[in-house]
Amino acid sequence: MYEYDQYDQAMVDARVEEFRDQARRRLEGKLTEDQFKPLRLMNGLYLQLHAYMLRVAVPYGTLDSRQMHALADIADKYDRGYGHFTTRQNIQYNWIKLEDAADILADLAKVEMHAIQTSGNCIRNISSDHFAGAAADELVDPRPYAELLRQWSSFHPEFSYLPRKFKIAVIASETDRAAMRLHDIGINIVTNEAGELGAAFYVGGGMGRTPMIAPCINPFVPLDRLVTYAEACLRVYNRYGRRDNKYKARIKILVHELGAEEYTRQVEEEFVHLLDQGVEPPLAELERIKGYFEDPAFDTGANARIDRSDPDFAVWVDRNTVEHKEPGYVSAVISLKPVGGIPGDATAEQMRLMADLAKDYSFDELRVMHTQNIVLPHVRKADLHALWAALDEAGLGSPNLDTVEDIIACPGLDYCSLANARSIPIAQRIAERFAANGKTGTLGELKLKISGCINACGHHHAGHIGILGVDRKGVENYQLLLGGSEAEDVSLAKITGPGFDENGIVDAVETVTTVYENERQDGERFVDTYRRIGMNPFKEALYG
Amino acid sequence: MRLLTGNDLKTGAVTWWTGSDWSIHVEDAVDVTGSEDEIARSEEAARRVNVPYAVDAELHEGSPRPSHIKERVRAIGPTVRPDLTLKPADPEIGNWVI
Ligand code: HEM
Ligand code: SF4
Repeated sequence: MYEYDQYDQAMVDARVEEFRDQARRRLEGKLTEDQFKPLRLMNGLYLQLHAYMLRVAVPYGTLDSRQMHALADIADKYDRGYGHFTTRQNIQYNWIKLEDAADILADLAKVEMHAIQTSGNCIRNISSDHFAGAAADELVDPRPYAELLRQWSSFHPEFSYLPRKFKIAVIASETDRAAMRLHDIGINIVTNEAGELGAAFYVGGGMGRTPMIAPCINPFVPLDRLVTYAEACLRVYNRYGRRDNKYKARIKILVHELGAEEYTRQVEEEFVHLLDQGVEPPLAELERIKGYFEDPAFDTGANARIDRSDPDFAVWVDRNTVEHKEPGYVSAVISLKPVGGIPGDATAEQMRLMADLAKDYSFDELRVMHTQNIVLPHVRKADLHALWAALDEAGLGSPNLDTVEDIIACPGLDYCSLANARSIPIAQRIAERFAANGKTGTLGELKLKISGCINACGHHHAGHIGILGVDRKGVENYQLLLGGSEAEDVSLAKITGPGFDENGIVDAVETVTTVYENERQDGERFVDTYRRIGMNPFKEALYG
Repeated sequence: MRLLTGNDLKTGAVTWWTGSDWSIHVEDAVDVTGSEDEIARSEEAARRVNVPYAVDAELHEGSPRPSHIKERVRAIGPTVRPDLTLKPADPEIGNWVI
């Protein structure tokens, strides 16, 4: 795990004190809300439907048990005993008091955490593969590159007031587990023909009201040019991004309007200009960072066989564990999607349990997945049964990774002031429906994603099945979308037709899965069948 | 009718103008038609409320009920966590909100 050096700690501590002073002045009336709002947003503090909301950054989704315990303590001490893990691998608290906010930030700083750059038009928390450092198929651990970019982008003066928010994801495998091409910049660490490592840059992806898949603008940037190239991408955007219109201000619109070729040309021009400016940190810095992400002391002789004699356990193993680069280990996914529960919510007690289990069984490491689950990245196969038993007892043993129950849902109208409709109850009712009809397992991989408004925080454009909440004359209404993906087979979902009410959307989801069951060929996932047979059979079943 | 609402500056709690003060209970809210801007300005200046604004409402069984679902969710709390709402023991409250 990365550890703060003296600069990191000093910066974060200074920011806490600065914010403490700002909050005090707001409470004393020396700052108006208009003056204070940009300051609190720079520290992740929003005003939402029921209270202030605090978004805490979890860089590339990696946590240790001490940090998870601190998050649990914050939930108990300052919130209502729970937190919500988000699609950007962060955590949000929904019931924060302004009076407490600086104390919370101070508690976070003690465990090398903060809420800086989790809001506002800056470079946000950098996300990555939740199986980084563990995945059998990764080229290298992507996190050192994400960390290098985190250091570069933290408090970057030139990029603190971009035209709009800016999100970066870094992966290092062909399988994309981080929705890389739906980011403002997606970076894939690759090798060239000479076997050297470099970075493929994908720029101008995103969701929101105008979803776009990022085109590759450079298939190979040498690693000793990584930061310089990113800087060139940002500079062109900072200069020409549409500051006149907030709905057109994301980089995806610039890349789209200029065309990928012209945007790339401008980036290359800027890159050449930047090359002699000394932007790039020495490679030694990358090497230093890599030191923090070295493999833990794996037991290389560990037994690679799993005793599957307990049938419930075997189901969980099949669903929720993933191949590890060490044969004696797996990555285990803790589902935060109990049927009927709130996707991504965890109580303080559950957080503590997950932290303790990480300490006992996963070299003290946890990851937040963008699908709002938690990963223990390095679990010995021999320890799996004990881990599962502890999870199951705490209601954390749902065997439903990547199934129709594993729904991404944004907070929606239950918590979010921008929402048009509720997302969470829809997720709950769909999961309940499929748990009851027993089809969760047989439907296989089915990614269902729900957003409560066009901002698409719930990734509905990228769902095999997507649901978008809209406001129809003051009544919640839900549009159904099919055929999206945020993985390496990235695609954008298409709307089926007129929307449905709350009951209708649950039925509609069942209807499209029935079409799939009737039409699927061997080995096809829902999305494969959709791609093969097209929208019409689904439309006919839905609208007759 | 029109209700004036905002958030408590210190706690962020949703509050409603009662004619003389702010209450977390929407039942206490009064009609502010005509005077909404004036009250909002002076109350915000007095730091008794954060970002106040007026919303449409109707009388429902003698109490004000905001016209828009978002304001009703604000008034009571998240529909998915009845235990955290202002009326955890009221089985009918879901119907009032939705
Ligand atoms: C409740 C407070 C939240 C607010 C006010 C909020 C606001 C927004 C807005 C305005 C956008 C659109 C930005 C744009 O296209 O320019 C957006 C996008 C997004 N938000 Fe949220 N959001 C909230 C919560 C969340 C949560 C809980 C998550 C994770 C579950 C999340 C993840 C995202 C993602 C992934 C996007 C799409 C990024 C893109 O367009 O590329 N947000 N959010
Ligand atoms: S998609 Fe809309 S409703 Fe959902 S969290 Fe984002 S802004 Fe709120």
